[in-house]
Amino acid sequence: MSTLFYSLAILVGIGVLASVILFFVAKKFKVEENPLIEPTEKMLPGANCGGCGFAGCHAMAEALVKNDDISSLFCPVGGSETMKSIADFLGKTAPEKEPQVAVVRCNGAFCNRQRVNVFNGADSCIVESSLYSGETLCSWGCLGKGDCTKVCKFGAIKMNSDTGLPEVDQDKCTACGACVNACPKGVIELRKKGIKDRRIFVSCINKDKGGITRKACSVGCIGCMKCVKVCAFEAIKVENNVAYIDASKCRLCRKCVVECPTGAIQEVNLPPRKPVASVSSDETGVESKVEQN
Amino acid sequence: MKTFRIGGFHGKDYKLTGDRAIEQMPVPDKVVIFLSQHIGAPAVCNVAKGDKVNVGTLIGKAGGFVSANIHSSVSGTVVSVDPVADGSGIKKPAVTIEVEGDQWEEGIDRSENLIPECNLDSKEIIDKISDAGIVGMGGATFPTQVKLSIPPGSKAECLIVNGVECEPYLTADHRVMLEKSDEILVGCKIVMKALGVDTCYIGIEENKKDAIKLLSSKADGGISIVPLRMRYPQGGEKQLIDAVINRQVPSGGLPIATGAVVQNIGTIFAIYEAVQKNKPLVERIVTVTGCYVSNPKNLKVRIGTSISELIAAVGGEPDNTAKVINGGPMMGRAMSNVEAPVTKGTSGILMLSARDTVREKEQACISCAKCVSACPMGLEPYLLYKLSYRRLYPDMESEKVTDCIECGCCAYTCPAHLPLLDYIRVGKAETMKIIKSRQIKK
Repeated sequence: MSTLFYSLAILVGIGVLASVILFFVAKKFKVEENPLIEPTEKMLPGANCGGCGFAGCHAMAEALVKNDDISSLFCPVGGSETMKSIADFLGKTAPEKEPQVAVVRCNGAFCNRQRVNVFNGADSCIVESSLYSGETLCSWGCLGKGDCTKVCKFGAIKMNSDTGLPEVDQDKCTACGACVNACPKGVIELRKKGIKDRRIFVSCINKDKGGITRKACSVGCIGCMKCVKVCAFEAIKVENNVAYIDASKCRLCRKCVVECPTGAIQEVNLPPRKPVASVSSDETGVESKVEQN
Repeated sequence: MKTFRIGGFHGKDYKLTGDRAIEQMPVPDKVVIFLSQHIGAPAVCNVAKGDKVNVGTLIGKAGGFVSANIHSSVSGTVVSVDPVADGSGIKKPAVTIEVEGDQWEEGIDRSENLIPECNLDSKEIIDKISDAGIVGMGGATFPTQVKLSIPPGSKAECLIVNGVECEPYLTADHRVMLEKSDEILVGCKIVMKALGVDTCYIGIEENKKDAIKLLSSKADGGISIVPLRMRYPQGGEKQLIDAVINRQVPSGGLPIATGAVVQNIGTIFAIYEAVQKNKPLVERIVTVTGCYVSNPKNLKVRIGTSISELIAAVGGEPDNTAKVINGGPMMGRAMSNVEAPVTKGTSGILMLSARDTVREKEQACISCAKCVSACPMGLEPYLLYKLSYRRLYPDMESEKVTDCIECGCCAYTCPAHLPLLDYIRVGKAETMKIIKSRQIKK
């Protein structure tokens, strides 16, 4: 009985002593944290995705509180609304950014791009791209092993088994940029979400000469310059045999989409076209189209 | 019998062509010669479309200190200097030459006579090696003249010649040792002279008993033959130094820190030809083999010959071929483009059947540490794999990923069939990038 009593007493004694020591140590070495950090962190989405460039939401909150000028800091997940409410709370000016979304700039589905060999290795794009140019003759496009889908914390990007390409769910995508960093080929780009989620982009990044691209893929950009000529807003540029549409200049007239001989330019969420007769090519037609949009 | 101290494994060696004499491959109709066939800066092309070249004409000049000259391996007309896809489908700058006749540059001795005397001094020998564009022919393709130029503060004590050929299937070095034994011994003496050392060890694995016997009977003047126990990856530079002279290269250090300079047998033969016969590196011996290949051979081929022609020369691809591998089965790379040319580092072409190349289903790592005991560099492959998988590249540097020799022992022994080496290789490349960008910042 006495053994039980003594051991209990000693344990309780150690416990009390330790708590007293810890109490004073905690007082003495207390880390003073800015009281604003905690509420700021609560206002952030809490996804800890790293899309802002910091390790997580706490680090971002620290930076927001510490820096006077927060124009360079932006939480892509929360977007402008969250940034505005945080800025109001901290009494700083909020950075304004248009909402963005990830787009996959490759349309080399199984039916468009012939597979000429089989990769029998680790199921990972980064491993495959470290070893060779890929299963198709296109050495630029999507490898289809889904590294982007593995890093997405929001389940916004999924592989389509019919095409072998990743597809972005624009409602779930927060434009954190994890997939952009994961893709060894640089296929994914963050683009302006666009008014009413409407956007036009070149779905190809193949920098080979036209003939080589054509052989590798039926929907690749061959750098023919037709879209550049037809664009009334100088939004399209062709560099290194591949076209790129500047989203800030594009007014969604869709002329380039019609003009592209390979169908490399894609439109998203645009209403179906009217019968051919009404798609006029003169300037007024363009203007009316833009207004409709 | 000697061997290295940690890691590695002993497997079946599949040396199908060990008793088959080297055959001269006919000169092809067209060659594609890459301007970067070595580690370091690519050579700078000094010919243009339409130029006439002879065998041995310089077509690419070394583009830096760590670089090598590139010579034409045929005579004919340059038809293109545009990039060509290599075995991995990646385009690289190259010179394409259409063959006309077989005209050699003047001064190249093509006779089979043995020239045992060499009256050149150390610097002249190294200059000749550098002019001939010789690189390490075991596969690493490190420019030889750089290896022979001892950095200040270090001292070479001995030369170790690598006759190990520990990769299964490959027999190119074995055949050279048997057929060119006198030339090899002269070559060793030339390199010893260049380095200013008087000891030379030729390390040979015990599965090449005939080569050990032949060279032992002829060796003299400081050259000794060291028979080694069969164990992969004994042909690795650091493993060979450990096995032969029982010294370890410090982590991150150069092999010269142990006082040893290692040269491959193929390189020694190329040095002999360059110094004694003025012959630049325009040919090499390639083992073309596979269990189902009808007539596997050791072929002496001009650099730039299409690999598909080599395959045709051994009776074509067997029907059940699933992978054509450039190199040996352990360190070689599966090719996606067999039209790619032979380069200075092509030691073998291996055709494996679907059954031999099957990838088992990956399972979870149970931390059994088989990879740790297999790693000849004393690393922890399972940890490096996990770090690379999670893209924690900065952490890989402190785990010494840059020491990895990519021998593949970890992935070979893994009972969970994890693609350890695939990921470690990616992590190593990324870590190297981090280190390089840090050096540039400084």
